[in-house]
Amino acid sequence: MGDGDTLARITAVFRDVLDDDDLSLTRATTAADVHGWDSLAHVRLILAVQKAFNVKFSAAQITRLKNVGELVDLVEQKAGAAGVA
Amino acid sequence: MSALHQSLAWLKPAPRDFRARLKAACELSDPGNALRALGSHALGSDQLEAVSRALRQMPEAVAPLQPFKLGLLGNGTLDYVQAAIEGTGPRFGFTIRCVRGDYDQVLQEALSPTSAVSAAGVDAVVLALDYRGVPLQCEVGREQAADDAAGRAFAYIEQVCEGLRRHSGAVPIVQTLAPPPEALFGALDRIVPGSPFDLVQRLNRRLAATFTGAEGLLLDVARLAETVGTANWFDPALWNLAKAPFALDWLPLYAEHLCRLLVAIKGKSRKCLILDLDNTLWGGVIGDDGLDGIVLAQGDAVGEAFLSLQSYALALRERGIALAISSKNEDAVARRVFREHPEMLIREDHVAVFQANWQDKATNIASIAAELSLGLDAIVFVDDNPVERERVRQALPAVAVPELPDDPALYARTLAAAGYFEAIAFSEEDRKRAGFYQENARRAALLAQADGLDAYLQSLDMQIDFRPFDGVNRARVAQLINKSNQFNLTTRRYTEAEVAALEADPDVFALQVRLTDVFGDNGMISVVICRPDSAARWEVDTWLMSCRVLGRKVEDMVLREIVREARARGVGEIVGVYRPTERNGMVRDHYVKLGFEAMSVADDGETRWRFSAAVELGPDVMRVNRPAQDLEAAE
Repeated sequence: MGDGDTLARITAVFRDVLDDDDLSLTRATTAADVHGWDSLAHVRLILAVQKAFNVKFSAAQITRLKNVGELVDLVEQKAGAAGVA
Repeated sequence: MSALHQSLAWLKPAPRDFRARLKAACELSDPGNALRALGSHALGSDQLEAVSRALRQMPEAVAPLQPFKLGLLGNGTLDYVQAAIEGTGPRFGFTIRCVRGDYDQVLQEALSPTSAVSAAGVDAVVLALDYRGVPLQCEVGREQAADDAAGRAFAYIEQVCEGLRRHSGAVPIVQTLAPPPEALFGALDRIVPGSPFDLVQRLNRRLAATFTGAEGLLLDVARLAETVGTANWFDPALWNLAKAPFALDWLPLYAEHLCRLLVAIKGKSRKCLILDLDNTLWGGVIGDDGLDGIVLAQGDAVGEAFLSLQSYALALRERGIALAISSKNEDAVARRVFREHPEMLIREDHVAVFQANWQDKATNIASIAAELSLGLDAIVFVDDNPVERERVRQALPAVAVPELPDDPALYARTLAAAGYFEAIAFSEEDRKRAGFYQENARRAALLAQADGLDAYLQSLDMQIDFRPFDGVNRARVAQLINKSNQFNLTTRRYTEAEVAALEADPDVFALQVRLTDVFGDNGMISVVICRPDSAARWEVDTWLMSCRVLGRKVEDMVLREIVREARARGVGEIVGVYRPTERNGMVRDHYVKLGFEAMSVADDGETRWRFSAAVELGPDVMRVNRPAQDLEAAE
């Protein structure tokens, strides 16, 4: 799966969870850039991404994430490892 | 993982355009009913969060929803729980505002008269503690130490509740503790005093013995977690990451259970269970399959499934829930099962109101409620047929109508999981109540007309398909001809070979009818055979229809099709015949209802009717499909 595809799917998940149709993400987007993306929402976002891609992250991986790009990479790495990509 | 409980499968699934609908509801000047309707779907935790956010933008009172102020104290992160509770409120007729204390400040909040929870004027307070939030450790293997530890934890909870009662004036709702799934010994955990499992059980027993009535109420989280599996309930990674007390997947179920308790506090629990008969209380259709043909027996996998719903319904009756019947059936035919079928568990004298007739069910349910002097919001209606369920939901939104799984083995579990009859007390009066209903009940006078039936039929978006008999459907036509008993004017039986002969006969008009609607394809639902008796007349040799589609104007459409074809073939008059049998009483007046004129009554009860093909007919009430070759033949 291409990078843009994963980013688009993650954007759709974020829109759903944060209830914001106008939300757009780039690889450089961080929590500070997005209205409503606080630490509580962060957990819901990560859970929803895990569910959407059928992958599971460790706590260490989740707490290390710096921006959307790293989330995209993590998803692709996990999905690739599971043979989903 | 229990999909039934996780997905709240007794509720309709959330609509795909949920967020758009929520926005539309919020823009209404009067959003209360729309929010309740939307909230009555099985919403996931993110959707509940969206509802709670929307409610926070609104005033506290959103009529007709009732404001409920709920204190929320506990250990761990309660934000997710709060959003789920507030988002679930509209389903139960509430706008719930939660008032929270500071993180992990349970005792301080409860004991201070000026804390947020104490000062807010709350209606109730939930004490959302789990095993990590109470002092519950001791040396393993010592009875006295275990007893003391459970005593200390209990004293802590009591002290919190005492503070809450004194300062907030509200009733405390105390949670039992779900036992963590991690075993210390194994089976010995249940035996060795002071094992983590043992301590939780000791505390739960003391809580259950204390928190009933004025002292407070119990939210049995332990039972909830056990039902879905404690290893699913507790999510250690999520606890480490966010201090969420249980997996977020269970938020909708948790909030639903809490709200049931709030409903019970307000005295609004449901009180009457209305059951359909065919394919709900037994397998098959009594009017067609007969007493020997319906499936209801010990030793038969399907028969036992239906018995388990019957036995659950009887257990509910024992605790004071009135039972009633609403079924599309001949009264005498339906009652005979209750009187004569040896495997029936529910008997006539268990049933407060028995409505077996051909009326619209919404009309019958309203009259059952009136008969029992209950509000519609006290009624639960169980029916295997999705069309009936939807009709009742639309006509009577206050009535609870659970979705049912395809497999009848899960009917009882689904009804139980829906938790409509949550109670906060059980008294001698409750035990006798079902009997009171019995004594007072008399057969309800039926309301003459259905409310908005035409609008409902419109919403079904029905399409009717007419085509002559053909080889592809021959077996199904023959099956209907030989099986239909109730809506069958002449009850003439034909073999498949005879049906094939009818296909080939150019003088015979042999019609098969299918119906689709928004719920899907109902399959072949009617068969008509007309034979010429003289140059200018057709006699309706056979007219039968599936009872599934009663009350949907299918008969009117079929008559229009007969007339259309008669005109095309130069036939001027149609003669209808009714031959009475033990089972077809429901179509005695079929022809008079359709506007036929009486011709004769024979000694054996056979009646004959006439209808002129020249009569002007009204507009179609549904869309009509005909195969192309049929159109050509008609022209």
